[in-house]
Amino acid sequence: MAQPAKFDITAARAEHKIELFIGNLLRVCVIATVAVVVAGAALYMPTAYSSFPDYHKFHSEPDAFRSVTGILGGAFTGNAKAVIEAGMLLLILTPILRVAVSVFAFLYEKDYLYVVLTLMVLGLLLFSLLGGA
Amino acid sequence: MHLNIAEFAAILFSGAVLAGFLGSLTGLGGGIVIVPLLTLVFGVDLRYAIGTSLITVIATSSGAASAYVREGYSNIRIGMFLEIATTIGALVGAFLGGILSPDFIAVIFGIALLYSAYMSSRPRAEHAPADSSDPVAVRMKLPSTYPVNGEMIPYGVHNVAAGFGLMWLAGILSGLLGIGSGAMKVLAMDHAMKLPFKVSTTTSNFMIGVTAAASAGVYLHRGYIDPVLAMPVVLGVLAGSMVGAKILGRSAPRTLRIVFSIVIFLLALEMIYNGATGKI
Repeated sequence: MAQPAKFDITAARAEHKIELFIGNLLRVCVIATVAVVVAGAALYMPTAYSSFPDYHKFHSEPDAFRSVTGILGGAFTGNAKAVIEAGMLLLILTPILRVAVSVFAFLYEKDYLYVVLTLMVLGLLLFSLLGGA
Repeated sequence: MHLNIAEFAAILFSGAVLAGFLGSLTGLGGGIVIVPLLTLVFGVDLRYAIGTSLITVIATSSGAASAYVREGYSNIRIGMFLEIATTIGALVGAFLGGILSPDFIAVIFGIALLYSAYMSSRPRAEHAPADSSDPVAVRMKLPSTYPVNGEMIPYGVHNVAAGFGLMWLAGILSGLLGIGSGAMKVLAMDHAMKLPFKVSTTTSNFMIGVTAAASAGVYLHRGYIDPVLAMPVVLGVLAGSMVGAKILGRSAPRTLRIVFSIVIFLLALEMIYNGATGKI
């Protein structure tokens, strides 16, 4: 019988493989976000000199930029601001994806306590995300 | 101030690089740089500033996370377990917002942060011995290893219940005040659970991204996230946080503690000022 607090080196190695996978996934998400935002900026900047926005007063974003379908619809027609907002959606999606992938990572490790805990986090995350929409 | 859009974007980009850099090193998220830059320097409406700050937090978290996960700093089990407390707390905080005065709480929180800034700056043993962990921490597989000079060193985890309670409080505060949860998260892991400082800041870095993503839907729907403000900020924060993540591995924990204390001190002043002038 091992000491309760003893460190399990084999389990740690298996876990490190998963960490590498999650690390790479995060990197891909970040690169995708940068690519989309840069594309949006390239479309936006040449048109922007004449129309500097006023941020002293709050006038909310147009309806089209306040929903996922609106943003994606605008982005596919090449609307510069919608393309940038699509980048924001990718950015917001990244932590959610990380939690979702962690569910499978803990399943793979047969660590069912953390499968349940991670599902709870994912549930709370989706609850507050969708609760606002 | 008469700037054209390119100059405006360039200034925001530079501020965002600094925000991402400090945010990833301290586990605080970088909103502390972006909100004053937008509101005080450019006079941007607070709602746009909050929306942009939220984007800053997610970008810091994601930009640095890849390095922190691969190198084995952040503790995903501790992060997931404590995230439950934070998220429930945030829901409670949003509810309490209608009952309590956020200004008053901001001042109290600011004073508590001043004390924490002092406590965090003091040197201490970097990690608790692995075999000294609480039984409940061991049962939940919370103790792990982290890299010190290229070697994976085991560390112990203490006061799980106190850490969970403080995280719940951190969630309530972030729900009430909109910001400041990163500070409480690092403090709960550092002071209560006795984690190595780099594990506390990088695990907080993971958690703040998840917490911010949870409220992103609300802010997007309310129209707080402006593409023109977000564009230079996201690019700058991602660049800054990747640099910060590279630097963290090579920094002495003592140096990181001092940087953290200074940022916490400024955050405390910002909180007290905002609370006293009724800007929460």
